[in-house]
Amino acid sequence: MNKKFVLGIYDDEDVLLEAIENVRAAGTKIYDVFTPFPVHGMDDVLGIKRSRLPIVAFFCGLFGTSFALWMQIWMLGFDWPMIIGGKPHIAIPSFIPVTFELTVLCAAFGMVITFFIVQRLKPSLKVNVFDKRSTDDKFVMAIEVNEGVTDVNALNNLLRSNGAIEVNEKEVIK
Amino acid sequence: MTEERLIIPRKTNNKFFMMIAIGVVLVIAGIIFMATGGGADHGAGHGDAAAVAHEPASWFKRLLVNLWLNNVYFTGIALLGVFFVAVQYVAYAGWSVLIKRIPEAMGYFLPIGGALMLVLFLVGGHDIFHWTHDYLYDINDERYDPIISGKASYLNFGFFLIRMIIFFVVWILFFNWLRRNSINEDLNGGTSYYHKSIRISAMFLVFFGVSSSMAAWDWVLSIDTHWYSTMFGWYVFASWFVAALAAITLTVIFLKQNGYLKMVNANHLHDLGKFVFAFSIFWTYIWFSQFVLIWYANIPEESLYFLARLDSTYKWVFFVNLLVNFVFPFLVLMTRDAKRQMIMLKIVTIAILLGHWLDFYLMMMPGTMRGDAGIGFIEIGTTLIFLGVFLLTFTKGLAKASLVPVNHPFLEESIHHHV
Repeated sequence: MNKKFVLGIYDDEDVLLEAIENVRAAGTKIYDVFTPFPVHGMDDVLGIKRSRLPIVAFFCGLFGTSFALWMQIWMLGFDWPMIIGGKPHIAIPSFIPVTFELTVLCAAFGMVITFFIVQRLKPSLKVNVFDKRSTDDKFVMAIEVNEGVTDVNALNNLLRSNGAIEVNEKEVIK
Repeated sequence: MTEERLIIPRKTNNKFFMMIAIGVVLVIAGIIFMATGGGADHGAGHGDAAAVAHEPASWFKRLLVNLWLNNVYFTGIALLGVFFVAVQYVAYAGWSVLIKRIPEAMGYFLPIGGALMLVLFLVGGHDIFHWTHDYLYDINDERYDPIISGKASYLNFGFFLIRMIIFFVVWILFFNWLRRNSINEDLNGGTSYYHKSIRISAMFLVFFGVSSSMAAWDWVLSIDTHWYSTMFGWYVFASWFVAALAAITLTVIFLKQNGYLKMVNANHLHDLGKFVFAFSIFWTYIWFSQFVLIWYANIPEESLYFLARLDSTYKWVFFVNLLVNFVFPFLVLMTRDAKRQMIMLKIVTIAILLGHWLDFYLMMMPGTMRGDAGIGFIEIGTTLIFLGVFLLTFTKGLAKASLVPVNHPFLEESIHHHV
């Protein structure tokens, strides 16, 4: 299925941030904004909510801690008790380094894997590049066109009156 | 940019004096209590100590050790304040410019700390440091100690004193140098002061790296003369640094709540919170690294140190230390929101300041007071006196210059700081 987008091209980040606010205030839904570098304050003006990834990280870390402790206590305390260095079978201080490492490992892997799944990042993923200049020196604001609902001319005027240096239309295959 | 002058109301100053007065009263009460035998019932629980015909420590010794403990703690906070400023310069940091005057003004305590340290060592060296006794080095004396004797080339009265004087003189010189540059920058502007400050900071940091470790060996580690740990310099540094960061954060919050530092916002607090959080973990990392190797190897001469600290007198301090300085800040400051809220930061930083005082208590008391230590009038009193004196000098220093370094080249960046 083909989808149509209106692209507003900007060459100044401050103009862009103001334009985003105005466009959203005018009731237009912005599909996404592409910039060559991270722009401070972009998340706020686009109204993007904070990521919930830290919560995932916490629970993955907690899982790592409990798993590591359970594993060592069960292995060295119950399944195959051995005397090591004259210490008790369940000697918590000696379990701490492994517990620490597994906590970090689980939290890190859990976060990365969750991110891949949530963002549907996979090797076969095809990414639409709306305008190659957004990797160089231009900022691109993409707005999806709903056939019969969106007034493209009004959108064109709105973007241009808010500092867009050009406005293009592009069709992409979804 | 707008200058902000701190005006300390008479009422606040009176509060600080009140703190000192209460401290003095408590100390005197504690001394009377101990001198008239009030301490006897306290010592009753320690049958082991009595068994080796151990004479209970005098009130004089207890007072000296407490003065030493607080002096090392507060001097460390003052020194690490200067260290923080130096690190910010060397790292070309922009975010911290708005709060930089606070750690900078902490250095004003250094001369007092230095003078007190000197007097305390000269007056009470024998009571605090076992190694200062001459008979330990006399091979004909029955109390001769070959281990301590072997350390005589480093641990001797003269060299110890010289090191102490050099450390304080150089620290104070660097502090004054940095401070003068910072104030001249306010008056004259330009970037030359900034570049000069970076060079001064770099020199200071090199000296600090060596001197802070050696100071830790001298002032804290040498109390337990037989024992040594190669991590000890780092350990004391970490403890000092967390306490200093907590003190900086707490001061920023107090000033902000009293209408100062108008341009400081949640983003700056967030960064300070991250510092407190991260260095609490760093401290724990050092603590554990020191502990686990000694626990695992279980060599008598090494484990003695921790055995003394897991004794009935200190057991609670040992575990409270870990809870307050690691578990509490780790769990409470973990989320982003907590680091951006004043109330959360306030609770955690106050807990950390108390916790690291306990940490120093645990480092010093078992080697000096042995089983006779406690937390009573003398401990609370001396701490209040030091807190009062520290706050007086610190706030007086803060009031000397604008709270906002108006001509700092990175001021604009700090105002627009965003995380």
